[in-house]
Amino acid sequence: MEPLLESPFGEASESAPAAAGAAAAASQVSTLQARIRQMQERRLGSKSIPTMPALARILPGGALQAGAAYSVLGSASLGMALLSGPSAAGAWCSVVGIPSFGIEAAARCGINLERLVLVPDPGNQWLTVTAALMDVMSLVLMRPPSKVSASDASRLGARLRQRGSTLIALGEWPQSEATLRIENSSWDGLGSGHGHLQARLVTVSAGARSRGGKPRTARFWFPDRDQADLDLGLRAPELSAAGLPGLSPAPQPPLLEPTSPLRELPFKAAVNS
Amino acid sequence: MSTVSAVRTIVLWCPDWPVTAAARAHGLDASQPLALTDRGTVFACSAAAREEGVRRGLRIREAQSRCTELVVLAYDALLDQRIFEPVLTAIENIMPGVQPLRPGTCAIRAQGPSRYYGGEAQAAKVLLDALEAMGISGAKVGIADGPFTAEQAARLSGAHATGIVAAGEAAAFLAPLPLAVLDRPELSSVLLRLGIRCLGDFAALPERDVLVRFGEDGARAHLLARGLDKTDVAPRTPPPQLEVAQDFEPPLDRIDQVTFAFRRSAEGFVAGLREAGLVCTGLKILMHTESGQVQEREWLHPRWFTADDVLDRVRWQLQGAGAVEQGLGSRITRVQVLPEAVDEAANHDEGLWGSAPEEGIHSGLSRVQSMLGHGAVLTALIAGGRMLADRRVLVPWGDAAPGGEAAIAAKRSRPWPGNLPGPSPATVYEQPQPVQVLDEDGSSVDVDERGLLSAPPARFCGTEGGKAASADTAWHRVQSWAGPWPITERWWDAAGRRLHRFQLTDTEGGAWLLLLENHSWWAEASYD
Repeated sequence: MEPLLESPFGEASESAPAAAGAAAAASQVSTLQARIRQMQERRLGSKSIPTMPALARILPGGALQAGAAYSVLGSASLGMALLSGPSAAGAWCSVVGIPSFGIEAAARCGINLERLVLVPDPGNQWLTVTAALMDVMSLVLMRPPSKVSASDASRLGARLRQRGSTLIALGEWPQSEATLRIENSSWDGLGSGHGHLQARLVTVSAGARSRGGKPRTARFWFPDRDQADLDLGLRAPELSAAGLPGLSPAPQPPLLEPTSPLRELPFKAAVNS
Repeated sequence: MSTVSAVRTIVLWCPDWPVTAAARAHGLDASQPLALTDRGTVFACSAAAREEGVRRGLRIREAQSRCTELVVLAYDALLDQRIFEPVLTAIENIMPGVQPLRPGTCAIRAQGPSRYYGGEAQAAKVLLDALEAMGISGAKVGIADGPFTAEQAARLSGAHATGIVAAGEAAAFLAPLPLAVLDRPELSSVLLRLGIRCLGDFAALPERDVLVRFGEDGARAHLLARGLDKTDVAPRTPPPQLEVAQDFEPPLDRIDQVTFAFRRSAEGFVAGLREAGLVCTGLKILMHTESGQVQEREWLHPRWFTADDVLDRVRWQLQGAGAVEQGLGSRITRVQVLPEAVDEAANHDEGLWGSAPEEGIHSGLSRVQSMLGHGAVLTALIAGGRMLADRRVLVPWGDAAPGGEAAIAAKRSRPWPGNLPGPSPATVYEQPQPVQVLDEDGSSVDVDERGLLSAPPARFCGTEGGKAASADTAWHRVQSWAGPWPITERWWDAAGRRLHRFQLTDTEGGAWLLLLENHSWWAEASYD
């Protein structure tokens, strides 16, 4: 939850002369903040589910919430990144209406394929199919059709809250908790006529409804070099010579085992609110 | 020695049963030259093949040189048994108490049928007619005292197809037969060396001396030779009927009609299994159409089949890829459901606090399957291959992976030179999308026969229906690129592919995997 009203109370406490008075004011501030936070809770017992740390920092509530809908614009791999945390923790995930879902990329970013169900072509029954999958799956990644009516979205939203499942829509979704998009991305490893794609530095922004649409951004490597090297079994020496700080020589995970995507990222994710 | 007389027995013998069974199973004509092979040699052959000189024990090549139009099939012992089963059931319908001796041969007590049908000859005729009606010709019937004598009578019946040895004349009938019919090679060889050449000579030996010299088994053979076979017929208990079949008269031409009409039978199928204490985990559905075709398919279930699951499978099999309301090509006359794999119901009982959490997952996914069809809910496996589409194996929920997961894992672990390095693309197009790639001068980029690039790519855009986008905004400027990476798959084969791969990044930060095949460009995948 956002610490609302922080700055005006903070300024007031600075201007108080007595130290004891300041302490009393600070405790009053914290109780008031707690009350506000409590009153702002829209759901009872909203549950966080494991999320990739770099994305968790910019999501409202500090993690993906069970029973909420999120919208991801223009990037399938960002959708995979959101699935990877819960899937590696043992949750069942399903992918609806995305026939081009790259399962190899999914496996490399940590999604357990044994607990992944694909419904590539739900046709005009997408709403029923998605609702049926929400009953049993912890996460549903879905590409909604071009026009989703607000009533359909709210019906699915009610179902989500009831079942405690999470919807990630690859596209515009009305009433989404947060909208994630890749603001900026730059690929590494490809020259003009030589090299190959190795890693990507992305800037992801998340605009949350509860923050009034003000986006937070995080900058991190995705996919990182570990992921790229996963099946090469070796690290190319010129990569570390390229002067990338913090590239710790992590032990190579076995090929296509559900690796933990929550491992430390080579770059510290910078969070700007 | 007791003096209980031998039981009058009918033995039905189908000559060359393995050949008949194989011909029936493969829809061949049993009168054509046909041979079954087991471990490289001929195991059984049809009468037509025998006329051409094919014999048991010949090598396949030798048999084929003697009879050029010989059809060679592999011998399958289970098939013999399986094809004989309906024959036994048909005989049980007209005469009770059938004992199968081996596939193709069975024994029946003669007393009841001969009285019912008005004589032994009449009973034999009824039996032969029943087999003829099933399409099995050339069967022989022997009636005599005891199964051994009756079988010999059947074998020696000749063109008449019925051999009857009157009561008490078994010894006289058997006397001229060679020792080989006893099917005891060791005993026969000793007897031959003792100068005994037929069953009559053997029967003439004193009983006591035979017992002393040849032991229990010799004494039993001696009894057979004297026509005193006292073996009774031990009728089998017919196995419980687990399969269900329903005929539709008139034939039905709509899927929903068939499934609606079959509901009762499906419930009966599951109820029958439950009564036997079993659950079905795999079944086979046969659909007989009006045009005479039989469409069969096996279905597996991750847990076990309920009546609704059986109906779903019937519907999916009818439906193929079409919709539920769609009409059928040929009308359905009969639907048959056979259990292929059953298990003790006790192994699948629910625990006191419900069963595994996967159960909910399974029932939810089954619901989606019954909405969209069996092939619409998939699980994914990564296989080996150079092209990204080859590396993805999609398996319908509940089915086993094609070839088994071990085979797919083995394929994945092969080296696959030319495989894509680096991270995998998140979007792999089902069908490669056509694109246009231009150099700075605006001419299309190409690769010559020596693998040299005509010019570095400068911009590219997706084309729809072969028409390039005209607006400048649709063009992506190339920021960096790599390639061509040649891939030559099965160069010796006309169906093989030769293509070049490229990786491109555009100025907006997108990365693409493009293919150049036959001078045209395609987008295989996108790193979005």
